[in-house]
Amino acid sequence: MVVWEPRIENMPPEELEALQYRSMKTLVYRLYSFSEFYHARMRAANVHPDDIRSLKDVTKLPFMSKKDLRDGYPDKTFAVPRKEVVRYHASSGTTGKPTIVGYTKNDIENWTNSLARSLTSIGLGPNDVIQISNTYGLFTGGIGFHYAAERIGAAVVPASTGNTERQIELIQDLGVTAMAATPSYMLHLGEVAERMGISIKNDTKLRVGLLGAEPWSIKMRDRIEDWLGVKGYNCYGTSELSGPMFSECSERDGIHIWGDMAYVEIIDPETGEHVAPGEKGEMVLTMLQKEALPIVRFRIGDITSIDPEPCPCGRTHPRIRRIFGRVDDMLIVRGINVFPSQVQHTLMSIPEVGEHFQIIVERKGTLDTMLVKVEIKKEAFTDNIVKLMEIRERIAHRLKNSLNVGATVELVEPGTLPRYEGKSRFVVDKREF
Amino acid sequence: MSEMYHIKQLSIFSENRPGRLASVAKAIKDEGINIFAFSIAEGAGYGVIRMLVDQPEKAFAKLHGMGYIVRYTDVLALEMEDRPGGLYDAIAYLGEAGINIEYSYAYSGRKCAVLIIRVEDIDSAIEKLLASGTRLLEMSQFT
Repeated sequence: MVVWEPRIENMPPEELEALQYRSMKTLVYRLYSFSEFYHARMRAANVHPDDIRSLKDVTKLPFMSKKDLRDGYPDKTFAVPRKEVVRYHASSGTTGKPTIVGYTKNDIENWTNSLARSLTSIGLGPNDVIQISNTYGLFTGGIGFHYAAERIGAAVVPASTGNTERQIELIQDLGVTAMAATPSYMLHLGEVAERMGISIKNDTKLRVGLLGAEPWSIKMRDRIEDWLGVKGYNCYGTSELSGPMFSECSERDGIHIWGDMAYVEIIDPETGEHVAPGEKGEMVLTMLQKEALPIVRFRIGDITSIDPEPCPCGRTHPRIRRIFGRVDDMLIVRGINVFPSQVQHTLMSIPEVGEHFQIIVERKGTLDTMLVKVEIKKEAFTDNIVKLMEIRERIAHRLKNSLNVGATVELVEPGTLPRYEGKSRFVVDKREF
Repeated sequence: MSEMYHIKQLSIFSENRPGRLASVAKAIKDEGINIFAFSIAEGAGYGVIRMLVDQPEKAFAKLHGMGYIVRYTDVLALEMEDRPGGLYDAIAYLGEAGINIEYSYAYSGRKCAVLIIRVEDIDSAIEKLLASGTRLLEMSQFT
């Protein structure tokens, strides 16, 4: 098994922690001295770089969030002079004002390197043809994979999103072996291929899916593998990290967060305190080597946990488990916390329905009502209306059991619920508070 | 040998929203297919459109290609006389013979009236009905 940077990736845990501490210390001094934003933040929190005497002291530093990047639009949170910036990306701004992220030469290098390690850890190399079906452009999804795939010597097909028929032709004609996409796009591609009379499993060489950018379950991964013959590897990154991205290794048991680049904490979203080791909570990241736009104790909003066990692949860097949900995707329905991922998980256990769904929450009088729309599978359709009703009731019953809150279920035709080629939007909340 | 009495009905899953039925009807029209009989069963938020057409394979391919869930369901077509009492005469025997109707609809054709029924065990129903002298239409009479 090839390791891209064995000296770093297999570093003994104590050495890695020492390296993280040194990087953290350097980062904090640099920011305190050269960034107006961070200087003011640290002063307000009454913390000085000298107070950071161990990795644990990181908790003395204030959190930051997406709001800080929005308020600092376009580049007030940057920590280098403009001449050192070599690239900008921007977030879509669907949830508010857009945010700008920036990169120095070293930032791009680290980004490329983080994914070169990941692709290698999955077993990809110069013999592979990698189709990048994430959006290129202002969104950071496509271009990071592109650089990394070239770095490891693979051939890149920069397909970006859309024009699925053409994408399928390219997969066949160029012998594409791996593809970077969202899991829902992967399934969409499978559906379109089937309509074209092409089986991804039997008629193409596609075997690896670098999948991420939206929550997905193990069952969805299994379906992609059984149906399309594509092994899905969970990838993680957000534009705010502006650069490094992470993925599962060949073990497919958690995402390696490269410790020399990022320091992970898991907190209780309510209290801000660390949760017990291995417990689920909100992920907080500090990017240790970022130059243009450093982020310190950034509350990403994703819910996950750290797997404390060493990975059988030999890499010593901490692994996070799957993203369980988003702090801000969490719905409160009749006082009960509901994560769309729970709904997804429940639906995947019901053979008659597909993986696409939509939750619609309304308030009738004072009572919240939750409607779950789900696509019935072609094979499950029966002419018998009573049997269809039974399917519906069974789904409603299972949802009630797993969510502790009742939902009405509506069966819809396959292919009619919205598919997003970026992040999936599972929830329509029509309540007015 | 009773195979010829299996009438290929198309069953289409459809969400209950405006324009859905028109979309199915237009597709059938565009293919130049004639509809003999037709019914909608209503579920919660969805329905099942059932129809008999003169070119079932062509209709199936068209609707399937449009992304509809379509399925063939075998039904029986009982000939009825188009006069008062015609329905009673056609079905009086069913209860006696223990044949349970899952669903049913009817139309008045040029030559006679036709009762479409869906039963659980189609072959035993055919046997019993033929023995009782009930006239069943054959698939070939529809195409």
